[in-house]
Amino acid sequence: MTAEAIIQSLASGLLMGLLYGLIAVGLALIFGLMDVVNFAHGEFLMIAMYATFFLFVFFAIDPLLSAPLVAAALFVFGAVVYLLIVRFAVRAKANAGMVQIFSTFGLAIVMRGLTQYFFTPDYRSVTHSWLGGKTVSVAGIFLPVPQLVGALVAIAAFGGLYLFINRTDFGRALEATREDAGAVALVGIDKNKVFALGWGLGAALVGLAGAIMAIFFYIYPDVGASFALIAYVTVALGGFGSVFGAFAGGIIVGLVEATTAMLLPPSLKAVGIYAVYLLVVFVRPRGLFGSM
Amino acid sequence: MDTAFAERRRRDLIVAFVLAAVAATVPLFVKDSYLQNMMVLTLMWGALSQSWNILSGYCGQISLGHALYFGLGAYTTTLLFTKFGVLPWFGMLGGGVISALIAMALGYPCFRLRGHYFVIATIVIAEIGLLLFHNWDWAGAAMGIEIPVRGDSWLKFQFPRSKLPYFYFALALACVAWFVTWWLEDSKWGYWWRAVKDNPEAAESLGVVVFNSKMGAAAVSAFLVAVGGSFYAQFVSYIDPESVMGFQFSLLMALPAVLGGIGTLWGPMLGAVILIPLTELTRSYVGGSGKGIDLIVYGGLIIAISLARPQGLIGLFSVKNFTGLFSPKGKEAVR
Repeated sequence: MTAEAIIQSLASGLLMGLLYGLIAVGLALIFGLMDVVNFAHGEFLMIAMYATFFLFVFFAIDPLLSAPLVAAALFVFGAVVYLLIVRFAVRAKANAGMVQIFSTFGLAIVMRGLTQYFFTPDYRSVTHSWLGGKTVSVAGIFLPVPQLVGALVAIAAFGGLYLFINRTDFGRALEATREDAGAVALVGIDKNKVFALGWGLGAALVGLAGAIMAIFFYIYPDVGASFALIAYVTVALGGFGSVFGAFAGGIIVGLVEATTAMLLPPSLKAVGIYAVYLLVVFVRPRGLFGSM
Repeated sequence: MDTAFAERRRRDLIVAFVLAAVAATVPLFVKDSYLQNMMVLTLMWGALSQSWNILSGYCGQISLGHALYFGLGAYTTTLLFTKFGVLPWFGMLGGGVISALIAMALGYPCFRLRGHYFVIATIVIAEIGLLLFHNWDWAGAAMGIEIPVRGDSWLKFQFPRSKLPYFYFALALACVAWFVTWWLEDSKWGYWWRAVKDNPEAAESLGVVVFNSKMGAAAVSAFLVAVGGSFYAQFVSYIDPESVMGFQFSLLMALPAVLGGIGTLWGPMLGAVILIPLTELTRSYVGGSGKGIDLIVYGGLIIAISLARPQGLIGLFSVKNFTGLFSPKGKEAVR
């Protein structure tokens, strides 16, 4: 394998990794906020992809333009899921951890069922979008434009999230609630409202990722499942709850995936990601950037 | 040992014996092969969930990767039979032993992990197993392996024309899994496990060897699940990686216990008796797979029960109701 091919493959891995980070960051945000893992995270991604697809087919809105709309729609969806399901799950008196896992798992199954029922299990794709299928050559390396734009969106989203958490009132409320949910109630912050907005924000971020993914990935009811596991690994690799960890975890996952694809048959490329996860947590049981 | 607990255990044993005896007579009245098939699956999932419950319920180490042991059981039996002519009965034991050993080998690094890190590790390990079997040509790779069926035979444990032998084996498996749980509940291990689940630090300080007790739970749990996997391979006589090691099997093993009552003696069986027929019936009557209605019903049920009854449905049949049924004095005894 030539040096050029290796650089080529690592570059695509890096772009994909940034997108993995964007897919995963919502999960990390919600976990950091309230110690809940959303096992329907992949399905959030899936409905964002469908929303992008239908906006494209029926209203001819290019995914690049519909991305903010999809993110907004997912924001509402995330907040509603918190208010209707998660709010009650975290109150469970017995088997709290189990109830969180299975109520969100149940939601994932329902969402998959509903999509199958209404949209059929057929594979869909957004054809002839502005960016679809285009490549650009940077210093002799060919990069797919959708992934490149996706990576830029991911970097922008992480930058925006950083400013948001550190510079706005809501961001500070978010941080305060994650530090001590009981104490914030004493200063007049409605915990439920913060949690609902946190779920909205987490869902909006995965919505943004879904809109980009729709440009170059097939859309079908089970599409979320494969990305969900990568998202959990990404988040756990970085350390649960760490937003920066998700960013770093995403890049590592993307690069490891690209490297594995060069060494092993393509069908085994996920093995590299899983093996790196195990390696990292065996050495550091709280992930790379997780606090005890 | 306080008498209330001893009495409850004796009563549990009697109830189990009566239920098993009643269950054994059911196929004499229910001849329909669709329904018999459903009963086999119910008993099998009950047994699997009961085994899963030992590690995840009693010992508190939530595994969503038990499909690995199920698949290892199925593959060991099938490969030994089709490649070397070893009878499935030996394959069943072999698969169980291999799975138990692998569970301990994997437990060695994994049991240091806590919470979600542990759960994700179990998912990821099972997924690696699935991918390896997908690419293992000698073991049939993605195409899978068909078990050659030559007619009814107890020796080869295959019965193309009848569901009854499978039914009785599944019933026996369910009884064994139940009895092992019952027996372990009152053993040193059972107390250790519950202590580890509630508070590992406190347990350690009181002299419980936390690590070893997790390893023990993993081995017993994996052994029984692998026997279930061997049985399933014989029952369907065709296996491929997705159909015995897919993630949905890990989930299906956990669900009956979660719905019925995790970490309880009766929960997994109760959950299976409700869940499996319901899934099978929605799948065949409301609309075939692919239409999604079965998933909607199934997922909705999981949400509803986990939110409404986090302690599981077994609470509805609370001990005092049972005692009322089986011994008039029991009520005070249990309190």
